[in-house]
Amino acid sequence: MLWNDEFETLPREAIESLQLKRLQQTVQRVYATVPFYRERFRAAGIAPAQIKSLDDLRRLPFTLKQDMRENYPYGLFAVPLDQIVRIHASSGTTGKPTVVGYTRRDIETWAELMARSFVAAGAHRGDVIHNAYGYGLFTGGLGAHYGAEKLGASVIPMSGGNTKKQIMIMRDFGSTVLTCTPSYSLYLAEAAAEEGIDFRTLKLKVGIFGAEPWSESMRQEIEEKLNLKAIDIYGLSEILGPGVGIECIEAQKGLHIWEDHFIPEIIDPDTCEVLPHGEQGELVITTITKEGIPMIRYRTRDITRLISEPCICGRTHMRLARMSGRSDDMLIVRGVNVFPSQIESVLVGIDGVEPHYQLIVDREENLDTLEVKVEVNERTFSDEIKVMQVLSARIQKEIKDLLGVTCKVRLVEPRSIARSEGKAQRVIDKRPR
Amino acid sequence: MKVEQISIFIENKSGRLAEVTHVLGVAGVNIRALSLADTSDFGILRLIVDKTDLAKSVLKEKGFTVNKTEVVAVEVPDRPAGLSGILHVLDKAKVNVEYMYAFVERCGENAVIIFRFDDTEGAIKVLTDRGITVLSGERVYGM
Repeated sequence: MLWNDEFETLPREAIESLQLKRLQQTVQRVYATVPFYRERFRAAGIAPAQIKSLDDLRRLPFTLKQDMRENYPYGLFAVPLDQIVRIHASSGTTGKPTVVGYTRRDIETWAELMARSFVAAGAHRGDVIHNAYGYGLFTGGLGAHYGAEKLGASVIPMSGGNTKKQIMIMRDFGSTVLTCTPSYSLYLAEAAAEEGIDFRTLKLKVGIFGAEPWSESMRQEIEEKLNLKAIDIYGLSEILGPGVGIECIEAQKGLHIWEDHFIPEIIDPDTCEVLPHGEQGELVITTITKEGIPMIRYRTRDITRLISEPCICGRTHMRLARMSGRSDDMLIVRGVNVFPSQIESVLVGIDGVEPHYQLIVDREENLDTLEVKVEVNERTFSDEIKVMQVLSARIQKEIKDLLGVTCKVRLVEPRSIARSEGKAQRVIDKRPR
Repeated sequence: MKVEQISIFIENKSGRLAEVTHVLGVAGVNIRALSLADTSDFGILRLIVDKTDLAKSVLKEKGFTVNKTEVVAVEVPDRPAGLSGILHVLDKAKVNVEYMYAFVERCGENAVIIFRFDDTEGAIKVLTDRGITVLSGERVYGM
């Protein structure tokens, strides 16, 4: 099933010529209206008229999260405030939040792309969409909400938190589609189990999970515990919010990125060179229809690769491989690259352990230390110390086997790892810089 | 002949133990016996209380991880070698003691010790066969 037959199945040449036209317009517009871009383009010695092919994109400078902070709050907006109808901001756990503004047309585009994403995930009119993404400054809640309404589904604006009530509503209202972060979905499963409610008796058929990286093994666990198809969705507020890309339910293999609105590139995060097609690196996105705050070559920090092979679903838009982590989440501990997703896969592989964890890196006497906090739950808790010690020793050994790094495992109380907007903060790096 | 014990996971940070006792106090639960096993990172608090199910549910509501396990309350003569005799019986029968702790109240002339065995049923049989008194749950909760 497709939402927008024409645009979702455009032939390659048509996508590329549309992209070039829209790129040229965007570049001209930001050059004319955003001093930041004008200065950056001049410093790089490039004028809008020199963008003659899609390959010329790589001559443009990158935009970083730092640039958004330095131009806080409205410095990167390309239209006057009287044309902005909505403002969102990132949670800003490190420094000032990043602020984004949407024109009325941007809101419509966003709803269109979210509606496409819902349909790709197997949702349609008549579905009851239980939206447990946070409503507020965070883009998740309202982004999914407008898409669900555009689709014509019945949307329940649950927002996050109040887990017991979520379960009750899901059961009583007959929710068929769940939208939330993957880690929150597992909390819902735990809470339901405590309430004696079996997910198999609910009507849920699909869950659309995003806003934090998750692994294939976590997908299996979610699908099993919640008895639904778990679909990975990609988005970030700097580019749009949820709905930049999504897996199709037909293949569940890679996330289609809506190429009539975004141009993806993959670069080497260290050298910043564009990598040959198919190689893994950092995802860079240029928005080509956004009006409020267009982004030129925004470095997402997400690590993935592009898949251009045709998909069985019929969509012609390229796919992003499942995010394997974030370049700024990648830790180098005693010279070894460590992605939180690797730790997660170890935890999911151990019976009873939930992937609720946090990595704390520190330095003691010039040596890096890695501590892995893992939340205890009723299945892993025992009244016997030795059983708990066997558990932490097993986690430690499996991490050592996978990464070659010895860590200290600390078992902590459930729900004690800090979360914002339902997103868990996975890494705390205390090393002096 | 088994006694229900609740165990609670407690992180080593200030105030957690006080929080547990406060929650139980407010709910009107009386602690009959307790033992705290600790490691450098966390502790496991084991309690025998007068209202086990109520204690478990109020603690869970407050976000604690709580388990219920079965332990055995044994009458031990309150004199030198009283405990030794009982452990000797268990040892001969190859019953392993995971951990044990003493009850505050006496039962008549005798002390009461709570045992956690690897094989609870087997242990009860060994003890009762040798004429050692194993106390029922009702008896213990009301002591």
